[in-house]
Amino acid sequence: MKLAYWMYAGPAHIGTLRVASSFKNVHAIMHAPLGDDYFNVMRSMLERDRDFTPVTASTVDRHVLARGSQEKVVENITRKGKEERPDLIVLTPTCTSSILQEDLQNFVRGASITSDSDVILADVNHYRVDELQAADGTLEQVVRYYLNKARGQGTLGRSLANIPSANIIGTSTLGFHNQHDCRELERLLRDIGIRIHQIIPEGGFVGNLHNLPKAWFNLVPYREVGLMTAVYLDEEFGMPCVSTTPAGIVDTAECIRQMQECVGKWAPVLLEEEVDYEPYIDRQTRFVSQAAWFSRSIDCQNLTGKRAVIFGDATHATAMTKILSREMGIRVCCAGTYCKHDAEWFNEQVRGFCDKVLVTDDHTEVGDMIGREEPSAIFGTQMERHVGKRLDIPCGVISSPVHIQNFPLGYRPFLGYEGTNQIADLVYNSYTLGMEDHLLDIFGGHDTERAATEPSPVEQDPLIWSPESQLGLSQIPRFVRGKIQGKTEKFARQNGITNITLEVMYAAREILGT
Amino acid sequence: MKGFETPTFECETGNYHTFCPISCVAWLYQKIEDSFFLVVGTKTCGYFLQNALGVMIFAEPRYAMAELEEGDISAQLNDYGELKRLCLQIMTNRDPGVIVWIGTCTTEVIKMDLEGMAPELESEIGVPIVVARANGLDYAFTQGEDTVLAAMAHRCVERDLGSADERQPVRSPLSKTEYSKPATVLPAGEGTNPPLVLFGSLPSMVASQLNLELKRQSVRVWGWLPARSYTALPSLGAGVYVCGVNPFLSRTATALMRRRKCRLIGAPFPIGPDGTRAWIEKICSVFGIRTKGLRERERHVWEGLKDYLDLVRGKSVFFMGDNLLEVSLARFLIRCGMIVYEIGIPYMDKRYQAAELALLRDTCRDMCVLVPRIVEKPDNYDQIQRMRELRPDLAITGMANANPLEARGIDTKWSVELTFAQIHGFTNARGVLRLVTRSLRRNDLVGDLGWAANPAEAEGDNDPLTQR
Repeated sequence: MKLAYWMYAGPAHIGTLRVASSFKNVHAIMHAPLGDDYFNVMRSMLERDRDFTPVTASTVDRHVLARGSQEKVVENITRKGKEERPDLIVLTPTCTSSILQEDLQNFVRGASITSDSDVILADVNHYRVDELQAADGTLEQVVRYYLNKARGQGTLGRSLANIPSANIIGTSTLGFHNQHDCRELERLLRDIGIRIHQIIPEGGFVGNLHNLPKAWFNLVPYREVGLMTAVYLDEEFGMPCVSTTPAGIVDTAECIRQMQECVGKWAPVLLEEEVDYEPYIDRQTRFVSQAAWFSRSIDCQNLTGKRAVIFGDATHATAMTKILSREMGIRVCCAGTYCKHDAEWFNEQVRGFCDKVLVTDDHTEVGDMIGREEPSAIFGTQMERHVGKRLDIPCGVISSPVHIQNFPLGYRPFLGYEGTNQIADLVYNSYTLGMEDHLLDIFGGHDTERAATEPSPVEQDPLIWSPESQLGLSQIPRFVRGKIQGKTEKFARQNGITNITLEVMYAAREILGT
Repeated sequence: MKGFETPTFECETGNYHTFCPISCVAWLYQKIEDSFFLVVGTKTCGYFLQNALGVMIFAEPRYAMAELEEGDISAQLNDYGELKRLCLQIMTNRDPGVIVWIGTCTTEVIKMDLEGMAPELESEIGVPIVVARANGLDYAFTQGEDTVLAAMAHRCVERDLGSADERQPVRSPLSKTEYSKPATVLPAGEGTNPPLVLFGSLPSMVASQLNLELKRQSVRVWGWLPARSYTALPSLGAGVYVCGVNPFLSRTATALMRRRKCRLIGAPFPIGPDGTRAWIEKICSVFGIRTKGLRERERHVWEGLKDYLDLVRGKSVFFMGDNLLEVSLARFLIRCGMIVYEIGIPYMDKRYQAAELALLRDTCRDMCVLVPRIVEKPDNYDQIQRMRELRPDLAITGMANANPLEARGIDTKWSVELTFAQIHGFTNARGVLRLVTRSLRRNDLVGDLGWAANPAEAEGDNDPLTQR
């Protein structure tokens, strides 16, 4: 048992439901007690979905506990097949049903005889995997199921399409800015003459999955969902996979170059031409994305050496760490992720771009780290935003878990060239504006709060701040004032000083480097 | 067949959307100020709480998950030892007056003996531990509060009948560690009625409003279950009268009657001015008190509602059902002149709600409308098919269905808001109507700009061609 108030990644069935309900005309039936269908609320509220979420429960109640589900699950599957005529029904176990140890696979077998729809049992273990791993696994399971089925029926589409084409794998419902990212990727690929073959799971039809291998390569924009599918397709059909997240200028270029490599293998044979995306990268970098110019502009100079803490899922935390340190000259004092299963990859990626790495799913550990580091901005999840509020540090949200305000109506991709613009805005607006910062410094801030309201330890002997030093303190911008006050007092205590004068303050500054 | 005489009850499949009953910790930890709620469950429970409670989660709430791991499920770890470790941690960090363990589906399935462990651990660590099994296998949404209050009812001290001063309690044999003193709401001397304890968790302002209404009729309220703090729980025993303020408290009522030998006053619930008057009248009649000025007070409240009543009169409502307040709200809305097509409700205790059902019947007779069908354990899918035919002006529903219904041109009100809003007593009648009329008022303000849902779209739900 562990005491927990907050979790970064949800339970496994949420991942399965995200994948299942991202597909068109796929219905998920949860084997769950009453009230576990909270996923429907999230989708309806966060995504503001206009359609009923295609998820229902086969309720586990006291009777099921006593006698087993018996015919109930099969009846529910058959009924849903008649009502909604879905292509696929995914029976989804929950934490409760997985310890009931009913033979759900047997129900699926029975139901697939009576139902016109395909029926599968999501193969996830609640106590071993989290939301993201389950989403990854379920997507692979669905793809595998349909490719095997197609192979059995001899309908497998193996012949390569005659123009360069790609599958985008891994954009799903309730994913962080997934829909905007997807649009941006579609545009990017269209620009360089690559046709989008299929996008799964969001908006895809399972009836088309047998054609997946026709594409020239797979693009997996997010590390968390889709990689397993891409690996499977590579092993089974030799489809190459581009898994560099096109976030930030450098990695977007890198991603495009990898795509060029994939396309370049076949283009001379099938199209009788060489492909070269370099001119495109150059044009986009210099004229479409403003981020490259922004990093040279005088505004961004003010950000040089400022400190930031980054926390989120592996994809977004990695991307932000690289962008901040490599493209904007910001010092990332700690980069962290809650994707513990992917710690090795994360460590490898952010090495050299940050001072410290933190891999944890305990939000208090993250909060403590932020408290210790005292960065001037945080880039994290909603939880870090609230930590920031408490500590008076600005925070930009870069990763799930998120609130409704992170499902904006306006166009806000994080990937591709437009994404670099969005990120630049987010970063810049999170820091106190350069000139404003400078003026605050000169004129002692526009706040009228006394420095004395900052918390100071009460149990120790009170330190006396002379009028001059108080004035000096009040001239320090508010967001660093507490820190300087604390360090000065620490210095005074260490040296047995009870009366803090301007001299003491300056001495502390010199020695402790505040 | 529907008729004027008795409401008809139907029971469907129970495939409906509602909140898990563990959500009761959200309002109970705020109500009982010295409590700490420990939900013994899995990530699924935690995820629900974290998302359903929204920003509350960031305010260092006095609740937490005891998250079960694989070792707990397979009994490799010792439950008692694990719970002791967590409870000691809570004691160190928060020092609560009581720890409430909320049992969940998982503790039911693995048959974790929370009730058995609590007394032992309680005496070991010196803090009362109350166990409530608020799980989704047995209960829906607000019934969670019912299980907690029923468990609390056992912890109230026994009222000593021989004592001259009735407020002086003796120690209950059930409680070893608590030192409860009964909360006296009004100074002694006012009201001569036998001890009356009201049960149901209400915001303290609403509770004091109801106290005041009863005081006007010279009825003295002895205490509330729950009180503001665990240590101020009222004393109970034979000769104590109890009365519920919410329709979902049937287990608590049963516990008070059977285990604590209290006498239940079965009354309609004080929701809406009509309900409030009936509630007060019933209490007064039990104590042989003639009410004074009550009808005038009710009439006055109705007059104050006139602007809203003009808005709702003749409009139709469909309750999909998820929080058990449905019958009382439907009765109030019928009195307001609305037409109720269907009252969906998770669970109907016909005995506990008998007076409310009788009032519903009388209200329908007075307003010359048919008694609506009451659908227990509704099936959301079938309800939506019915709604397509009926096209109600308003659907009172959970958040899972609200946006899709709005997209199909059916105005909705989230039922959850009615659970958390202040809806009891004369004073808050306006609040109920403000919530119910919100979408109607929005329609008046926004007007028909021609982009309300296209009915054809609503029909083509299953047709992939109309999607995307």
